[in-house]
Amino acid sequence: MHHILVAQNVSKSYGDFKALSNISLEIPENKIYGLLGPNGAGKTTFIRIVNQIIYPDTGQLVFDGKPLAPEHIATIGYLPEERGLYKSMKVGEQALYLAQLKGLSKADAKKRLKEWFERFEIGEWWDKKIQELSKGMAQKIQFIVTVLHRPKLLIFDEPFSGFDPINANIIKDEILRLKEEGTSIIFSTHRMESVEELCEYIALIHKSEKILDGKLSEIKNAYKNNIFNVLLQIDDSVNGLQQDIKEKFNVLSSKPDREEGSWAISIQLPSTDTKGVLAELSKYGNVSRFEEVIPSANDIFIKTVNGKERNG
Amino acid sequence: MERNAMGKLGLIVKREYLAKVRNKSFIIMTILSPILIVGMILLIAYLTKLNDGEKRIITVLNESSFFSNEFKPGQNVSYVHLKNVSLDQAKDSTIALGYFGLLHIPGGDDMEDVAQATYLFTKENPNTTVTEGLERLFQKKLRLKRLQELGVSSDEFTGIEKPFVMNLSTFDGERSIKGITEIKAFIGGAFGYAIMMFIIIYGGFVMRSVIEEKTSRIIEVIISSVKPFQLMLGKIIGTSFAGLTQFIIWIVSASVLLFLSVLILGIDLSVLTAESTLPTSGINGVAELQTSGLDGDMLLYAREIVNIPWGLLIGSFLIYFILGYLIYSSIYAAIGAAVDNETDTQQFIFPIILPLMLAIYVGFFSVFSNPHGPIAVGFSLFPLTSPIVMLMRLPGGIGEGGVPLWQLLLSIALLIGAFLGIVWLASKIYRVGILMYGKRPTYKELFKWLKY
Repeated sequence: MHHILVAQNVSKSYGDFKALSNISLEIPENKIYGLLGPNGAGKTTFIRIVNQIIYPDTGQLVFDGKPLAPEHIATIGYLPEERGLYKSMKVGEQALYLAQLKGLSKADAKKRLKEWFERFEIGEWWDKKIQELSKGMAQKIQFIVTVLHRPKLLIFDEPFSGFDPINANIIKDEILRLKEEGTSIIFSTHRMESVEELCEYIALIHKSEKILDGKLSEIKNAYKNNIFNVLLQIDDSVNGLQQDIKEKFNVLSSKPDREEGSWAISIQLPSTDTKGVLAELSKYGNVSRFEEVIPSANDIFIKTVNGKERNG
Repeated sequence: MERNAMGKLGLIVKREYLAKVRNKSFIIMTILSPILIVGMILLIAYLTKLNDGEKRIITVLNESSFFSNEFKPGQNVSYVHLKNVSLDQAKDSTIALGYFGLLHIPGGDDMEDVAQATYLFTKENPNTTVTEGLERLFQKKLRLKRLQELGVSSDEFTGIEKPFVMNLSTFDGERSIKGITEIKAFIGGAFGYAIMMFIIIYGGFVMRSVIEEKTSRIIEVIISSVKPFQLMLGKIIGTSFAGLTQFIIWIVSASVLLFLSVLILGIDLSVLTAESTLPTSGINGVAELQTSGLDGDMLLYAREIVNIPWGLLIGSFLIYFILGYLIYSSIYAAIGAAVDNETDTQQFIFPIILPLMLAIYVGFFSVFSNPHGPIAVGFSLFPLTSPIVMLMRLPGGIGEGGVPLWQLLLSIALLIGAFLGIVWLASKIYRVGILMYGKRPTYKELFKWLKY
């Protein structure tokens, strides 16, 4: 697989504070790559290094097969977490300025901006000042400015903060569309809900160190614990059954619902082998649900971070 | 790549310039300032004229034989002679006519006694110009009389009164004149003062512009496209162009306004340059000589002023202005980057203003009295004060009698060195500071940033 960006043993310190220690990442082309970690883990430092805002103390980065260099700036788009626009500058003028700083000619920038303004149906904002727009409106302009120069690599740092749910959805769709068009995307967040939906690959950074990375589906498989959720349809006498089942299986939780006549339990098996388990359970009643529990990104996140804390 | 970087710098300069000159308060200041300045000048001229222009009429009741044609109408006072009336009648008629006062010289045989018994009656306390004028008049008369008693003729007396002016010369025989050193320092001081004002006004603009980029959070968007140093440089250059635009508009429009208002309102500005209102002894010297009628020396002054090495002065002004402004405005930019809002800047601004103020005061006190003394030399070499102090010394020329060439070259070399060093340090603080939010850094932290 081709990688748009490869980081090799990148370290960065601010005085005595270690922001990144020996981070190595491989970011695949044309995928959405989630850069996850708690606040202060070092995500923003890594992103700033990719944008050449700051430079690593040691280690190197390879962008699209070549060592990362100033000319790559024009092929990267960056939406920082701390973002904003000149408040007293007009929308159109400002967008043109920022696009030209990214290396677009004025004519090209104008043409593309018109297209985007039409897509978002915001043509009449062109001559307004940013301070006259709402926060959500300004965020849309910010998004357009970030992607306007059609970068190979787009970096979004907490892109959905500042958007209401409707606009967040519009932006999410735009991100997916950009990916379809071939853009590689780094998506940095500490909020896990959006990760499940968008990211194919993730890396987890905690206290300046990478503690986990790879394909999200593979990571999830690796974090499975052979836990299954079962819903049993039963008549009554749950108490007796409970004893029986608890003797045979490792029951993690059980929730009887007498009115519905059902019993939800979650059990952990000694291995992934489920042969015979269903038959065994069927003895106690009809099994209306039997499913393996796949850990959510959030579970994995919390589990690894906590595990890391415990182990030092 | 180089061209690309230059192109981006150009874009930044243009944006900063336009953002500044389109700013409402900037436009208002640009328009209002010359009107205010011209208005002030006209008001002062008008009030001065109003104050001194009042012609005071004094009635004179002279019962003695000593004073007759001494009371000639002057600039501010004229006299009406009363004859054959009593003192009380004279008082009444002076009041009735609304005149300023009554001078009563009683009769007598001895001039000293007569003078001692003379009174000036006025409704309100007379100002010093009036009383001093009369006192001079009496004193002159008395002195003449006393000298005559000593056997000095009036011709001899005129000889005695002839004023003395010290002849001045440089060692190589060129005649020099009184007060020219001060005039020269004053001209240099005007250049130095312009530099200081420009730095304080437009350095502040640079700082506020950096703070605005931080508070609006656009900074990280920009520096993902251009280098922080490019942005800082573009900002400083753009702001200085806006400043030059404003300065030029001010100078041109103030001159035009002043010229027009003098034409239309017919206000005589020469009252402002009258002897009494001049601040420096240097120009006082000119005025005194003028009144003494020594036209030959006026030519000397004119020649000296023409002889000021204007080319050197203006060339050096440009060098010191550009380097001085770049040094100070990069410090202003670093301060703007280090803080989150303008109220936090105070503690950092004071140390910048300090050398500027010091330069101006040292300049006016030390360079005026001794342009080539050790203090003047020291401050004209020290990079943070040299742009102002050296310019005050330079009107004396370089080489013999002026600034030694090595001092000028050393001063510029030190300034260039300081420029490179300070801009480098400031850009490091700037680079780190623009991405720091939420707390006001201490000097210790700023020092740490240099190592990031």
